[in-house]
Amino acid sequence: MSFDIMLIVDSIPKMLVGIGLTLHLLLLSTVIGLILAIITLLMRISGRWYLAWPAMTYIYVFRGTPILVQIFIIYYGLPQFDFIRESFAWPVLRAPFGCAVVALSLNAGAYVSEIMRGGVLGVDRGLHEAGKALGLKVHQRFIYITTPIAIRLAIPAYSNDCISMLKATALASTVTLMDMTGVARTIVAQTFAPYEIFIAAAIIYLVLTWVIQRGFGLFERRMSRYVKQ
Amino acid sequence: MDEGGQQPVILLEGVSKFFGDFQALKDIDMAVKRGERIVVCGPSGSGKSTMIRCINRLEEHDKGRILVNGHELTGDVKDIDAVRREVGMVFQSFNLFPHLTVVENLMLAPRLVRKTAKPEAREIAMRYLERVQIPEQADKFPSQLSGGQQQRVAIARALCMNPEIMLFDEPTSALDPEMISEVLDVMVDLARDGMTMICVTHEMGFARKVADLVVFMDQGEIVEQNPPAEFFENPRNERTKLFLSQILTH
Ligand SMILES: Nc1ncnc2c1ncn2[C@@H]1O[C@H](COP(=O)(O)OP(=O)(O)OP(=O)(O)O)[C@@H](O)[C@H]1O
Ligand SMILES: [Mg+2]
Repeated sequence: MSFDIMLIVDSIPKMLVGIGLTLHLLLLSTVIGLILAIITLLMRISGRWYLAWPAMTYIYVFRGTPILVQIFIIYYGLPQFDFIRESFAWPVLRAPFGCAVVALSLNAGAYVSEIMRGGVLGVDRGLHEAGKALGLKVHQRFIYITTPIAIRLAIPAYSNDCISMLKATALASTVTLMDMTGVARTIVAQTFAPYEIFIAAAIIYLVLTWVIQRGFGLFERRMSRYVKQ
Repeated sequence: MDEGGQQPVILLEGVSKFFGDFQALKDIDMAVKRGERIVVCGPSGSGKSTMIRCINRLEEHDKGRILVNGHELTGDVKDIDAVRREVGMVFQSFNLFPHLTVVENLMLAPRLVRKTAKPEAREIAMRYLERVQIPEQADKFPSQLSGGQQQRVAIARALCMNPEIMLFDEPTSALDPEMISEVLDVMVDLARDGMTMICVTHEMGFARKVADLVVFMDQGEIVEQNPPAEFFENPRNERTKLFLSQILTH
């Protein structure tokens, strides 16, 4: 079997056609996921069962099923229902892009809210007590004490999740989207050179991963200025 | 609110506290007058922390009454807020906010609770840092300070809220021996200024020097309370005698 390094080098620029869509998917679902995660976290730690239970159910369902299955259910399953086709959400859900963003965001929301909960639980109880003793209200303690410390504690796990998200965007290619993996699959179909093409794709994913890793590394350093080295 | 200083600023009447089935406080009665300095001692697990933590509602008592400066502690948030504004607390483990610099630690509560403007909050903070003799550490993070310095910052942080009463829960127990006196000096200084204080501590030298009353607790009860001279020279209860013989031999 021949192995053509030049073909790898040549196909990298072609692959970059899909990078825009990959980043678009990643960015949108990370941002929406973050918002969902914060809402879910607040529900989860509210101490009220009628808020906590739905949050826990949501987390369980989306962590407990493969993203690919979720994308398929949303893409192929939801249009079966008339009320969905008549709802305001239909313009989003009828398009493959919308479906992928919805699935990825819901997934990120579930995972990230648990990551954040880990950070919140990691904040020393003594700091809450000091805040209380100084007369700070619940929301003031949450904003000024818990949040900044929890963010620092959650960065490594969150960075990990963003990298997982980057890789999960490849699943969008299963619903006809031309992200990087989608483009790679098309080129493979034309050139019959799966090794070279997918290796080229892998290289680009690795570069993106490095950028994410490095970005979070810097952010973590910044947030950890106060920690004794 | 009283002005005469005769009526107690802190009053505990028949206070009991349970953790599940375990009774941590049994029918505690205590009255502290304005300007009084109380030292609380007793063996580990005797309920000292629980008692002072009930005074600013870090723990909820289950029975009896607690009045602080005329506010009764019930479930009412207004009273709890009012009490916390008047009561400062210092913890064994400092509990400084690690992500804020020293001066930011001191400014946080005045800004959020008293709505003090930033420059003024900073001015107040610097004044108290000078009082605990570490103004030069203002822009460092707590992790860059020694234990003794951290505890002095914690005291200054509480003082920035201008409390009428200070609670100390074993403020020197987590410190290396050579740092204990720098913290005690600050506390003696506060006592001289007439601050109403309740200190849980086993520093008997401090108790002799500043306490108006030494309270001995055991198994959730106040066993004995007397002015220091009487307490140390002439303990009445067997449990007090045993405790004193144990800590004074070291
Ligand atoms: N949150 C809690 N849950 C259950 N039990 C508790 C809790 N806090 C305290 N206790 C128990 O109540 C008793 C009194 O505790 P407390 O901390 O008041 O003792 P202490 O006199 O301060 O002791 P130490 O000198 O060790 O600080 C102990 O037996 C302790 O185990
Ligand atoms: Mg204690």
